[in-house]
Amino acid sequence: MTADATRGALPGSIDDTGRLLAGQGYVADRALSTVVFLALRMGRPLLLEGEAGVGKTEVAKTLAAALGRRLIRLQCYEGLDLSAAVYEWNHAAQMIAIRLAEAAGESEKGAIAADIFSDRYLLRRPLLEALEPHAEGPPVLLVDELDRTDEAFEAFLLEVLSDHQVTIPELGTIKAAAPPIVILTSNRTREIHDALKRRCLYHWVDYPDAAREMEILRARLPDAPARLSAEVVAFVQALRKEDLFKVPGVAETLDWASALVELNAVSLDPGLVGDTLGVLLKYQDDIARTDAPRIERLIEEARQASRAAE
Amino acid sequence: MTTATAAEDGRLAENIAWFGRALRAAGLKVGPGRILDAVAAVEMAGVGAREDFYWTLHALFVSRHEDSVVFDQAFRLFWRRRAHQERLIAMLSPVAVPQREQKRESVLRRVEEALFAGVGTERQVEKPRVEVEARLSASVEDVLRTKDFAQMSAAELAEARRRIAHLRMPDDRARTRRLVPDPKGRRLDLRASLRAAVATGGDLVLLKRRGEREKPPPVVALVDISGSMADYSRPILSFLHALAARRKVSVFLFGTRLTNVTRQLARRDPDAALAAVSASARDWAGGTRIAASLRAFNVEWSRRVTAQNPVVLLFTDGLEREVDDTLPGEMARLKRSCRRLVWLNPLLRYEGFEPKAQGVAAMLPQVDEMRPVHDLKSLESLVAALSGPISRWSLPPPVRK
Repeated sequence: MTADATRGALPGSIDDTGRLLAGQGYVADRALSTVVFLALRMGRPLLLEGEAGVGKTEVAKTLAAALGRRLIRLQCYEGLDLSAAVYEWNHAAQMIAIRLAEAAGESEKGAIAADIFSDRYLLRRPLLEALEPHAEGPPVLLVDELDRTDEAFEAFLLEVLSDHQVTIPELGTIKAAAPPIVILTSNRTREIHDALKRRCLYHWVDYPDAAREMEILRARLPDAPARLSAEVVAFVQALRKEDLFKVPGVAETLDWASALVELNAVSLDPGLVGDTLGVLLKYQDDIARTDAPRIERLIEEARQASRAAE
Repeated sequence: MTTATAAEDGRLAENIAWFGRALRAAGLKVGPGRILDAVAAVEMAGVGAREDFYWTLHALFVSRHEDSVVFDQAFRLFWRRRAHQERLIAMLSPVAVPQREQKRESVLRRVEEALFAGVGTERQVEKPRVEVEARLSASVEDVLRTKDFAQMSAAELAEARRRIAHLRMPDDRARTRRLVPDPKGRRLDLRASLRAAVATGGDLVLLKRRGEREKPPPVVALVDISGSMADYSRPILSFLHALAARRKVSVFLFGTRLTNVTRQLARRDPDAALAAVSASARDWAGGTRIAASLRAFNVEWSRRVTAQNPVVLLFTDGLEREVDDTLPGEMARLKRSCRRLVWLNPLLRYEGFEPKAQGVAAMLPQVDEMRPVHDLKSLESLVAALSGPISRWSLPPPVRK
């Protein structure tokens, strides 16, 4: 089985899905593999919720890379509107076209209108781009941090997600021949509306357990010393059980591990942890609360846990 | 028991109707038509095994997956024994049953009135409360406006709630980042301008503009439902229910634990909403743990409901039994995550109120404003204050004649 043969083809089973993701260095648990498999098979959008830094966005990136599809990303923000999400007219070019038509003595209003509202002056934004045909197959559409938009935009998305079409008044309805693979992510800064949830498959992405986090670290930082990796994972796992405002995600674990590798560390010590705490914790309260005695206690716990794991 | 015994009573249909009403009080969408269908369906299916009966009713009464759990619990409670019916109704009814001994007489009366008003049970028939109605007349108009919620009878409370529902709601505005067509807007809308220009063949280019849309800022309310606040929680929830009809309102109850009741309060019918709210909080009229509750809010909910920079209304008397040093920190975090933090304190009804209690002293420096909420008049002034610009907290509160 060559890589080219499988490229572009959707996985045939849950196991295949897990392997597909693992091939790109994404270590998914069984629940995530299942829901990704179902979303691909059923052609339904997949809504991933979870704390920041647990790897929701990575799923879309990984899928795009593994299937050899284009990744089209729509980053959401407050005030996102159609001109930024779907399409915009190239007004400057349109103005010039009108002037030129005038200069050429064109007086037919209908012809001018038909010309300036044609494909030539259309600027495609992510959603429209995702509905257009692509040579390598339907793209992966990532609608990132959906919770940052307002309800109005969410309501607009319903049409795109269920019918795979958008309506441009001047051009008509544009419908995708082959629906894109849609991944939506949310950090739950607000609740997503039930109507949207109903159209999606839903999965809550949780922090990984120690074994899976170890696998992730191995896949991403193969050069890190084994002992350091084990201690880093055990320390972060212990830290997540502490009373913190924001516990570190997988992304922070990876950052911290690579920071420690940069510092040529082979093992954790209280001074080193204290100096690099800002990589793991992003709130001043949390950093202040994690003082020297606490760090020492956590390191001790981590050592015992990593020894027990061996 | 199997349902056969219920059928022997010849009261199966009546029981199904009661069950339907209980489910409705718990928030399911059960109309009279559904109840009739259910009776017919049970007759059609035959009164057989309990499981068949369960699924028959389930098929008729449950229309959303989330409701399945509620149905299951209600079913088990309801169809066990007759005595449980009353308890179930009591649990699901729109009253925070205060369990304090000293006020037994008045409380009993109020609970009775609230529970059985219009329900048509035997108990109500036995003890009509006509004299309460007689006390409410036009001449007591102003008395009612300034009467403390804690001193009101059930009828007066009902009247107060009716008036709360008709209060003029605050009219504050916050600019959003979404653009809408606006002739006085600051930005040019080239797209609209061009479309307009095409209509005139390019002879006349009328510039169209867009501006930021304004809408009322969302409100997040944290309502203390501990024993000392018990008399005020219901009118306050009525107020929030009325407010929620106009704008986005997230409501949390706290006593010894924090409960999100936003969804329950979103029911359109005020009685159904309050019923659902009181059914969902398990710590009515208990103790208070303000710091712990605020922390729970900050950690679990703050990021989710304060993203749009809301006005936070904190309803509490600030009487905390164990004040520790975490309270100011949690208050400060709450303050940082919102546009305006208003503390609504029924203790301000006392003229000589001074912020001496430890909890009050710890919280006061962190709020933008502290206002009374013990009567209709203070609610009116709250509305007025929310409509106006942000002011620093004031003590004593502004009195409007």
